[in-house]
Amino acid sequence: MADLDALESDIRQAIAGAADEAALEAVRIAALGKKGSVSERLKGLGAMSPEERKTAGPAINGLRDRVTEAIAARRAVLKAEGLAARLKAEAVDVTLPVRASALDSGRIHPVSQVIDEITAIFADLGFSVAEGPDIETDYYNFTALNFPVGHPAREMHDTFFLPPAADGEKLLLRTHTSPVQMRTMQRQAPPIRIIAPGRTYRNDSDQTHTPMFHQVEGLVIDRSSHIGHLKWLLEAFCRAFFEVEKVEMRLRPSFFPFTEPSMEVDIRCKRVGNEVRFGEGDDWLEILGCGMVHPNVIRHAGLDPDEYQGFAFGMGIDRIAMLKYGMPDLRAFFDADIRWLAHYGFRPLDLPTLVGGLSS
Amino acid sequence: MKFTLSWLKEHLETEASLEAIGDALTRVGLEVEGIEDKAKALAPFTVAYVVSAEQHPNADRLRVCMVDTGTGEPVQVVCGAPNARAGMKSVFSPPGTYIPGKDITLAVGTIRGVESRGMLCSAAELEISEDHDGIIELPADAPVGTPYAEWAGLADPVIDIAITPNRPDCLGVHGVARDLAAAGLGRLADGDVAPVAGEGPCPVAVRFDFGDEPALSPAFALRLVRGVRNGPSPDWMQAKLRAIGLRPINALVDITNYLTYDRNRPLHVFDAAKVAGDLVVRRARAGESLLALDGKTYALDEKMCVIADDNGVESLAGIMGGEASGCSDETVDVLVESALWEPLNIAQTGRKLGINSDARYRFERGIDPAFTIPGLDLATRLIMEICGGVPSEIVLAGTIPEPRLQLAFPVGEVTRLSGIDPSVEEIGAILTALGFTVAGEAPVLTVGVPSWRPDIDGKADLVEEVVRILGIDRVPSTPLGKSDDVSRPVLTPLQVRTRRAKRALAARGLVEAVTWSFVAKGVAEAFGGGAEALALANPISPEMSDMRPSLLPGLVLAAQRNADRGSADVALFEVGQIFRGIRPEDQKIAATGLRRGTAGVSGSGRHWQGAAAPVSVFDAKADALSLLEALGAPVDKFQIVAGAPSWFHPGRSGTIQLGPQTVIGHFGELHPATLEALDVEGPLAGFEIILDQIPLPRARPTKTRPPLDAQALQPVTRDFAFVVDRTTEAGKILKAALSADKALIAAASVFDVFEGAAIGEGRKSVAIEVTLRPTDHTLTDAEIDAVSAKIVAQVAKATGAVLRG
Repeated sequence: MADLDALESDIRQAIAGAADEAALEAVRIAALGKKGSVSERLKGLGAMSPEERKTAGPAINGLRDRVTEAIAARRAVLKAEGLAARLKAEAVDVTLPVRASALDSGRIHPVSQVIDEITAIFADLGFSVAEGPDIETDYYNFTALNFPVGHPAREMHDTFFLPPAADGEKLLLRTHTSPVQMRTMQRQAPPIRIIAPGRTYRNDSDQTHTPMFHQVEGLVIDRSSHIGHLKWLLEAFCRAFFEVEKVEMRLRPSFFPFTEPSMEVDIRCKRVGNEVRFGEGDDWLEILGCGMVHPNVIRHAGLDPDEYQGFAFGMGIDRIAMLKYGMPDLRAFFDADIRWLAHYGFRPLDLPTLVGGLSS
Repeated sequence: MKFTLSWLKEHLETEASLEAIGDALTRVGLEVEGIEDKAKALAPFTVAYVVSAEQHPNADRLRVCMVDTGTGEPVQVVCGAPNARAGMKSVFSPPGTYIPGKDITLAVGTIRGVESRGMLCSAAELEISEDHDGIIELPADAPVGTPYAEWAGLADPVIDIAITPNRPDCLGVHGVARDLAAAGLGRLADGDVAPVAGEGPCPVAVRFDFGDEPALSPAFALRLVRGVRNGPSPDWMQAKLRAIGLRPINALVDITNYLTYDRNRPLHVFDAAKVAGDLVVRRARAGESLLALDGKTYALDEKMCVIADDNGVESLAGIMGGEASGCSDETVDVLVESALWEPLNIAQTGRKLGINSDARYRFERGIDPAFTIPGLDLATRLIMEICGGVPSEIVLAGTIPEPRLQLAFPVGEVTRLSGIDPSVEEIGAILTALGFTVAGEAPVLTVGVPSWRPDIDGKADLVEEVVRILGIDRVPSTPLGKSDDVSRPVLTPLQVRTRRAKRALAARGLVEAVTWSFVAKGVAEAFGGGAEALALANPISPEMSDMRPSLLPGLVLAAQRNADRGSADVALFEVGQIFRGIRPEDQKIAATGLRRGTAGVSGSGRHWQGAAAPVSVFDAKADALSLLEALGAPVDKFQIVAGAPSWFHPGRSGTIQLGPQTVIGHFGELHPATLEALDVEGPLAGFEIILDQIPLPRARPTKTRPPLDAQALQPVTRDFAFVVDRTTEAGKILKAALSADKALIAAASVFDVFEGAAIGEGRKSVAIEVTLRPTDHTLTDAEIDAVSAKIVAQVAKATGAVLRG
């Protein structure tokens, strides 16, 4: 039996010394292969007497089992070591920068974003979005809206003109989105609830004016809407748009030829640096003009002003975008400076919704 | 419109504070633009006496003054003004004073080693004039220690209000006072003018000469005042005029300016000695001109109305008088004119000549016709008081219109339009206070409109009067009401597309720009535009003269501006209107993208994983197709045809269409000649899709999608390399391959394109992978070979291709 101990010791030494799976396999074959040292001993059992076999059998079988087990154990160790070595070799420098994805660099212009915000709010109140052409007729831009020919109010609009059409119709770039009022009333029977965002043009350029800018018109025509409803709507809109709990508003009598009574609306605010805080402070900031649709305008649309009534409002989109998001300069809106767009623009998936918040 | 507080109080008896008056003005629609309270701003500035002025020991131009400020010991002040000298009186401000003209707060200072405890001030430093040549010099009798503003008569606050074009009546202080009185701020002073009896007829006759055309003046009243002594007007009048920014000239002229602001009654005075013969009111004749009171000569035409005498044109009616017949200190006999003019004609003339006078401003908005004669009498009385003289009787040409508009006013209109529910008494009281006459019984009152309110012509106007005086804050905020159903979608398909296009392009890394709707003519022409009909008649600049035919030029120029600022690799897009004609239907919505430099969809510039390549036609094509996919357009039905309009590279551009009549858009690299015309550098690749051109999906009764046909059998792929002429389009090869067996062939794509000597001059190899999708059994080799042979045959037939050996 002493030689079995010596054999086991040799084999164990060989197992421990196997540096890789191939060497271990060689050790296995040398011990447990067909002609292996342990296999040879097992073969020798047949030639033994039953007594000899009684002791040698379990001893040799025990040796075989232990060797098998030791090899398996060593194989697991070697496999783990091999994997570890491979993984180590495969390591890379994860601090290397990756390319930015398209979603990271794309931007939505603040004007588009704010139009989406405005639309979300008014759509919830049943307003649809109406449109009209940028190249308007003198009729839709002025006459239909009760601007008397030659009236100073007409001159105050700094209109861009185009050559007259072949039929003599005077053409211009719309100076406000209000022509959409008339186009909508001619197209659609009351009740009407629409907003009309779009580009408008005035021949004026300085620190705070650009020859092109954006307005949104609102129009409600039915049998009962009055200034009180207008007031509520504007308050509700401002709360939702500026995402504040409370907005304090001041309606001042004013004049627009196409509304009567006419009003301008200021909101109470406080300027802190480039930030405007609403509902506090002592400043009043003018944000829109509005009024009850003038009976002459209702009449021009072919409706009876004693039967139908309603209100309209018009608001500068660029202006309320500046107020909400703090851009200091209107002119930068139209300069397409990539630095400005990347800074003030919105990410492609920043979708303004009422369920998720306009600017979450 | 400016006036002072004390001036207002001459027309309004009130105890209200300045602040309350300001608030009320804004509340009734006369928006306060500013209140300048000099007494408050200049409170620390006092009259002081310069006791001594010695040369500064260390500075040639400075003097060390000892100043008696009336508070005890003289104060030492270092002063650099050239006129600072002992014995003069000036204006002193102590340390701690805010100096408005310099925007600084004064501190005790040491100037070149000498302590200075205050400052002697110039008029510019007090912002009372532009004069900064030296310190203010006051007369010897100015009392030392008195606040300067008070002494100088600057203590009267100046109120500046914005008057909307519908309220000419508030272009006079009396009209403003009437609104305030109606709003409960006080009692309106009696504005009636007692007639002034004249002695003898006016020796100068007035004649209208408009031939057969309607007169441009409804009425023209004139009177002579003989034997006046003209000269400076009294201090009270000069102070008022100065406070509102007018320069006193002489008493006769100042009286007309004063009444312009006091009662909204513009007047004109002629020096009778300089008028030859009678006055004729007529249209100007071609070639006539007038040297006006502003010192400029104006060329007149037949559309303008003038007042002429035997010498020719003496005055531009309702706008500005002439220099030749103007009043001077030597004037002895003065002709005073109080007239009415056609507002539209005044506006047109004023605009054409570029004259913005106080008279024009008022006549084009509307003057109270009933005050024509009282205004003349009031002027006469002031002339007699200030200059003496004897008035003649009034001569009147034309007739003074008497608008006596009576409106039926159902009082319920107030509630119907405003939501406020005032009593009939309240309504009546407000209208009466505003000068309306009120008769009849509720529910329908009969309301007479006062002659000074040309803006009132309907019941809605009366509602506004009632509401603005009651205060809009009394309007109850009333919920508009929502539908009791779930909100419906409100956007049109084109609106949905416009919004989605923006998000889709941004998601491809493009940055949205908003560029001008107008471009330079040359730029419009380079992109197929520039038609006369779309050129602005009055562009703001030559760079913004023509309506844009495409969004590409705006983006190209924007990309160049960014490159000039150091961002060479930019990817921009815009979704907006383009103009193909003047009709509304000629305005289209384009979605346009542009990439510059190496700004591809996966990034730009150098990177350790490989530098980005310069942008090419394929970047533009990818953007265009990706956009169309995002919009749900039937992309598989679109044809891609080589070539695009002239602003694209002819060999590196394509057109996306549904047949030649329905072009959806273009993509490609820009033509080098276009880049040159716009003075920009490339590489630039862009696309333009016309959103209106994409066909709308057919409406379907349900939202159910067709069942998924996921075959259990594995697809099989086979590769083919075809050798074709270099100009043969890969699209043709793919189309032919796909058509070989429509049931079996699911897809075909190009995986390699190779040109080289091995293929032959003018030839290329196009390798395609065809996917076969078996439907009911696994394909046998024989079946695969058969379909392969069909593919080869189809491609050969369509393109002359041979299989690469």
